[in-house]
Amino acid sequence: MTDVPATMVTPSRVSQISRVVGQLAVAVVAALACGAVLILVAGANPVVGYVALFNGAFGSLNSIVEVLVKATPLLLAGLGIAIAFKSGYWNIGAEGQIFMGALAAVWVGLNAHGWPAYVAMPAIIGAGFLGGAVWGLIPGILRARIGASEIITTIMFNYIAFFVVNYFVTGPLVEADQFLPQTDPIAKSAELPRILRPTRLHAGIFIAMAATVALYWVMIRSTFGFRARVVGANEAAARYAGISVGWTWLVVSGVAGGLAGLAGMVEVAGVHQLLLEDISGGMGFTAIVVALLGWLHPVGVVIAAILFAALDVGADSMQRVIGVPVTLVYIIQALVVLFVLARSALEHDMFRRIWRRFRPE
Amino acid sequence: MVGKCSSAPPRVTLEDITKHFGPVVANDGVDFTLADAEIHALLGENGAGKTTLMNILYGLYRPDSGAIRVEGEIVQFDSPREAIAHGIGMVHQHFMLVPALTVLENVILGMRSKHEPLLDFGDFRRRVMDTARSYNLAVDVDARVSQLPVGVQQRVEILKALFRGARTLILDEPTAVLTPQEVDQFFDVLKGLREAGYSIVLITHKLHEVTALCDRVTVLRGGRVVGVERADNVTREQLARMMVGRDLPRSGERQEITPGAPVLEIEGIECLNARRLAALRGISLAVRRGEIVGIAGVDGNGQSELAEVIAGLRAPTAGQVRINGRDCTGATPRRCFDAGLGHIPQDRLGTGLVPELSVADNLVLQTHADSPFAQWGTLDRDAIAENAERQLEAFSIRAGSRDTATNTLSGGNQQKVILAREFSRHPDIMLAVQPTRGLDIAAAQFVHERLLAARAGNTGVLLISTELDEIMALSDRIAVIFEGRIVGVLDSATASRERVGLMMAGQDDDATARAAI
Repeated sequence: MTDVPATMVTPSRVSQISRVVGQLAVAVVAALACGAVLILVAGANPVVGYVALFNGAFGSLNSIVEVLVKATPLLLAGLGIAIAFKSGYWNIGAEGQIFMGALAAVWVGLNAHGWPAYVAMPAIIGAGFLGGAVWGLIPGILRARIGASEIITTIMFNYIAFFVVNYFVTGPLVEADQFLPQTDPIAKSAELPRILRPTRLHAGIFIAMAATVALYWVMIRSTFGFRARVVGANEAAARYAGISVGWTWLVVSGVAGGLAGLAGMVEVAGVHQLLLEDISGGMGFTAIVVALLGWLHPVGVVIAAILFAALDVGADSMQRVIGVPVTLVYIIQALVVLFVLARSALEHDMFRRIWRRFRPE
Repeated sequence: MVGKCSSAPPRVTLEDITKHFGPVVANDGVDFTLADAEIHALLGENGAGKTTLMNILYGLYRPDSGAIRVEGEIVQFDSPREAIAHGIGMVHQHFMLVPALTVLENVILGMRSKHEPLLDFGDFRRRVMDTARSYNLAVDVDARVSQLPVGVQQRVEILKALFRGARTLILDEPTAVLTPQEVDQFFDVLKGLREAGYSIVLITHKLHEVTALCDRVTVLRGGRVVGVERADNVTREQLARMMVGRDLPRSGERQEITPGAPVLEIEGIECLNARRLAALRGISLAVRRGEIVGIAGVDGNGQSELAEVIAGLRAPTAGQVRINGRDCTGATPRRCFDAGLGHIPQDRLGTGLVPELSVADNLVLQTHADSPFAQWGTLDRDAIAENAERQLEAFSIRAGSRDTATNTLSGGNQQKVILAREFSRHPDIMLAVQPTRGLDIAAAQFVHERLLAARAGNTGVLLISTELDEIMALSDRIAVIFEGRIVGVLDSATASRERVGLMMAGQDDDATARAAI
């Protein structure tokens, strides 16, 4: 077309962020409205239900803490997915990386008896990161070296990780009682310290905050982040400019895996103090949604992680108060995703053409 | 208006067509008349609104206002299907063929056979071959489209339109992919169609096509009609002035320069293409400081692969590449840049730019990690911004601001961003591949001036282009590439269009022209 008129300046960063947040807000409201219909169908009062949902999530110090505890691993894993997706590396393997990070962490934690905290804690954090990073790196190497689709390999690695953990918690690492599929508690010195007792808030939140700041620097300010964005936006241009695409993927696959591994580690060292058979419970998949809803931007991922954690935590109290099942909240979460997607779909040409057909001329 | 027919209504009339895309007006009150059995040129620069206007006639866009008449009757097309039903066919610049299917399958794609739901290939084959014969469109109906040269693919597109009963053909820049000789053949086909009563709209920006072939010409500029003329009534200079809106400044003067030491040396390069077939079969040439060497050839004869080998994007299977005397055979793009290579790639948005990133970021694509743009792995946003302001100014890039995403710029300004970036690294050898493809005249001239300025600044330039005019105008020496070989090197002072054209078609056996550079 012709030259862009001078008035058509691209929106500034701030207005771009507010647009994204606005989109998310609209999607949440729309999803809640649909959920209200479902609650009505179930014969309950949606207003009472949503008040209970909100109070359950933000009504007391304890509930706010619960939201933060739930948000911490989602945020860690979500940040890793954000940098991977931004680089055009479709890591679907956060779930498996969480498991492997948790396994590595518990192995260190079980052997840390008698270690001082200043050794045991860095060791367990490092083990969590490394466990996830190694698990993330293998598909990364396969992608960079032989072009194997990371979408397939990371999904497959989820299964492997799940069954490896399953083997360990029922076999070599099973608790002394050999009753439940879980390990013995880790050494006290390796636990992430509780802050704000008697709530469950633990030091993992500082790890997540530090990771957010670090990822912000990496993705927005660093030269590596610049290259990663170029690779993700236009692989051919990256190669042309002398950026090593394979190396970039290798690094992000490791970093993304490591962050997911940290998510598994905080569940072990901060929440349960041991490794359960199903320690992740699908967090690695929820984190994908969190990363995408957060527009693959570190700040956005924080917002999305808290939103999803709040919906989770509030769901229990909604169930208690109006007697609708918790699963309704999963429907609302899914609807939020659909409405965010619908917004871009509604901007699609096909819908515009259909819309025009029905519009009176 | 110079309409031919007073009694019968004209074949197609577009009345007062206006079309906006966001804030951009693509067509602004455009009137256009196409008579029976005429070849009508739609002339204008890129972005003048030619293709938009014809996409409206073909039902791909709906106009914001205005009316379309076919044979005098008001029509409204919501899709190309409806346009085709009214006898309008269009051949796009980028062909819309399915490469994996045969010619016959492509031609009948989506049509109903006599024995639905069964295909009746026998009947279709007969009818398609009849159509092809009667319009001199020689083509093997059972060949796979992927194996056909582009010139033949174009015939398939025309055959497709004719077979669907088109009486009006819209051809969008049809000669871009043809050799001069193929153009002549193609024009004969069009003339035959005109005699058979077909009306043809030829979208073009090439002036000689208007005067050589067309009956009338409508000139568009900035979305408006600036004139409708009989083609035998106007000179090329008049058309150029109408198209651009002012007299063109003379392009940059060529200074006499004695070429210096070679900065790019290529010896016996062979390589495979993406389909692992031989693309280059032993190419040797050298570019010296202060000279422009042009590579002429029809698209798809190994030009892309040659550029990729030089830029470190494709590993050769044999031979050697030296940049500034440094061995860069199979080197990484990084090493080629460091050795002194500048590269204006063929595909602006696909390779040369990161469309979603800002102009400022695109200007430091290779240098973002170097001082002063970064310290300790952290980008220095101020230095990047300052660099952007300087380049926007120096290359008069029209972007809303340095933070504007490059995909919202016009093609000319996108190319200026690439030029600014590549020249600011002060390369010793500039590899320019199709540097003016899709640009308007002024932007193309800007590119040419910069290349000549680089030559004057003692940089070597390797210009790979399928625009023969461009090659002839800029080069000191012309190397013609055909099927992965350099079939000859000519001194541009003595080379004739005809000679180069024949060599481009692989038909020149003159041994003296084969002298290696």
